[in-house]
Amino acid sequence: MRDTHGIQAEGLAREFKGGIRAVDGIDLQVSPGEIYGFLGPNGAGKSTTVHMLTTLLPPTAGWARVAGFDVKKHGPQVRGAIGAALQEAALDPFLTGREHLRLQSSLHGLSRQERLRRTADLLERVGLTQAADRKIKGYSGGMKRRLDIALALVHEPSILFLDEPTTGLDVQSRSALWGEVGRLAKGEGVTVFLTTQYLEEADVLADRVGIIHRGNIVAEGTPEALRAEIGRPTVEVVPHEQGDRPRIEETLRAFGPPTAGSPDAVSVRIEEEADLANIVRALDAAGIHVARIQLHEPTLDDVFLAKTGTSLEGAAEDEEEEQLETVTA
Amino acid sequence: MNVAGQVLSIAGRSVTRTFRQPAMIIPNVTFPLLLLAINSNGLRAATHLPGFPTNSFLDFFIPISFMQGALFASGTAGVDLARDIDSGFLNRLALTPMRGVALLLGQLGGAVAIGTIQAVVYLGVGIAAGVRFETGVAGALVLFVLAVLIALGFGAVGILIALRTGSGEAVQSVFPLLFFLLFVSSMNLPRNLIEVNWFRDLATVNPVSYMIEAMRTLVISGWNAQALGLGFLFTFLMIGLALAASAASLRSRMART
Repeated sequence: MRDTHGIQAEGLAREFKGGIRAVDGIDLQVSPGEIYGFLGPNGAGKSTTVHMLTTLLPPTAGWARVAGFDVKKHGPQVRGAIGAALQEAALDPFLTGREHLRLQSSLHGLSRQERLRRTADLLERVGLTQAADRKIKGYSGGMKRRLDIALALVHEPSILFLDEPTTGLDVQSRSALWGEVGRLAKGEGVTVFLTTQYLEEADVLADRVGIIHRGNIVAEGTPEALRAEIGRPTVEVVPHEQGDRPRIEETLRAFGPPTAGSPDAVSVRIEEEADLANIVRALDAAGIHVARIQLHEPTLDDVFLAKTGTSLEGAAEDEEEEQLETVTA
Repeated sequence: MNVAGQVLSIAGRSVTRTFRQPAMIIPNVTFPLLLLAINSNGLRAATHLPGFPTNSFLDFFIPISFMQGALFASGTAGVDLARDIDSGFLNRLALTPMRGVALLLGQLGGAVAIGTIQAVVYLGVGIAAGVRFETGVAGALVLFVLAVLIALGFGAVGILIALRTGSGEAVQSVFPLLFFLLFVSSMNLPRNLIEVNWFRDLATVNPVSYMIEAMRTLVISGWNAQALGLGFLFTFLMIGLALAASAASLRSRMART
C-alpha cells in the first residue's frame, strides 16, 4: 500500500529506570516511499527508537507521528498502518511458515479467502512456497528473516520497520533481502525505516541515512551528501622501509592534512583524485620506495569517524563496554 | 476480528505447539499414573484406619492424578508464554490488533488441551483399574469438567508467573512450590484423620484440599453439595484471581500505546 504521510518526530526521547537516556531527543522526517537507513553501533538507540515508533514503547519526551497518527495517542491506528520485523526473527519453532502467516493474518482480521490469497502471495514473494509446511526449527537464518518480512506485510502496511534485518545473514541472503526491500519501496511506495550497523547496507539501500550515536542523531542526509560533507578522498602510502616514514609524511604534507589510516601507512586527505598522480610523482622525485599506495573514497565510516571521533566498529565496542559497566555497577 | 476469534486463533496455536512437543505431554500424563499405581498399592493399608471413607485406596487417591496433571499444565502454559516474551513473539502479537484478554485466554488453550487429555486418560485408566463412581456417569462427567477447570486455573497461575518474570526458568523454579501445595493438602489422608495439628491446619486452609475433596466425593461418597460447592468455588476463584492479576501484569509487560 502506498504511503502518503511518512514519519515525523521531534525531541523523541526514552529514558529508562536509573536515568539512562537510550534515545535523547531525536528529530526525524522520513518522506513517503523513502528508504531511511538508521545507522549506528549496538546500543546507540536504534532499536529503542523503532520500539517507540512502532508503539511498543511509550516515549518519555517528544512526539512522533507515523502514517499520520500520533504514536502516543493513536497506537491502534499506527499499528494498523505499519509492519515491523524486529531485531530477532521472533518465530515459533513448532509452527510452520504457513501457520505463522495464517495466525498473523487472522489476528489482523483478514477474511478466510483473503488469508489464503495473501498467504500464497507472500510465500511466493519471499520464495518460501516449497518450505511453507515445514516447521520453523528447520529453517535457515535467511529463510526465517524472509518469513519475518512476509509476516510484517500480511496486512499490506504502508510503512515498514526493519530492525537490523540482515544481521547474521550470509552475503547471498543479505543481497536477496536488499532486493526485496528495494522492490517494496520503489515498486509499491512503501516507506521503509531500516536500522543497521552495516555501512554497506545503509550505503546500498537507503535513500537517506541518519547516523545515531549515544541516543543522538549526529548526521543525516543522502549517503552521497554525507560523504561529500567530509568530502575528500584519502591517499594511503605504505613505505617500503618504515624508516622512510618521516620523509613520506613531509612529502605528503603538501597535498593535504594528515588523517587516521592503517597503522603501517601514512594517510592524507587530498583535494581531488587527480592529486594521486602528483603524489606518485613527488614520491618518485624524492627517491622514496613505497610498498603500496591506495586511494580511498570517503565512506560512511569516515562520516561516522568525523562526526563521533571513533569508527563504527570502535563505537560498538565502546557502547558494549559502557553497557557492561552499567550492568555491573 | 472479534475477541472470540482472536482467542480461537491464539488457542489454536497454543494447542498445535503443545501437541508437537510430546516431551511436554507424555511425562505430564504418565507421571501421575505411576504415582497412582505405587500409592494405591503401597498405601492401601491406610484404608484400615477407623473412619477411612472407603476400602479402596485407588478410589481415594485417583483425584490426586488430576491435581498433579493440572500442576504440570501450569508449567506448560507458563513456560510457553515466557518463551514468547523472551523470543519477542509477544511483541509480534502486540503489533496486531489482538486484545490482551485474547492472549490470556488463548494462551491457556495448551493447558486446557493437556488437561483434557489427562482427564480422559486418568478416567479411562482409573475405570479400567476398578474405580467405581458412587455418582455414576454424571459424576464422572462433573469430575471431568472440574479437572479441566483446575488445569485451566493452574495454567492461569503459570501465565501469571511468566508475565511477572518473563523467564521460563523462573516458571520452572516456582513449579515445586505449587507442588508443595499438593503435599500439604488432604492428598494422602482425609483431613479428620490427620493427627498432626499443624499439618491438619495447613490442609484446612489450603484451597487444594477442597478441590481434591470435591473430586473425591464424586468417586467415593456420592453427591455432596458442600464439597462440590467449595471445590468449584476455589477453582473459579483461582481462575479469576490469576487471570485478573495476569491482565494487570500484561498491561505493563505489553506496554503498547
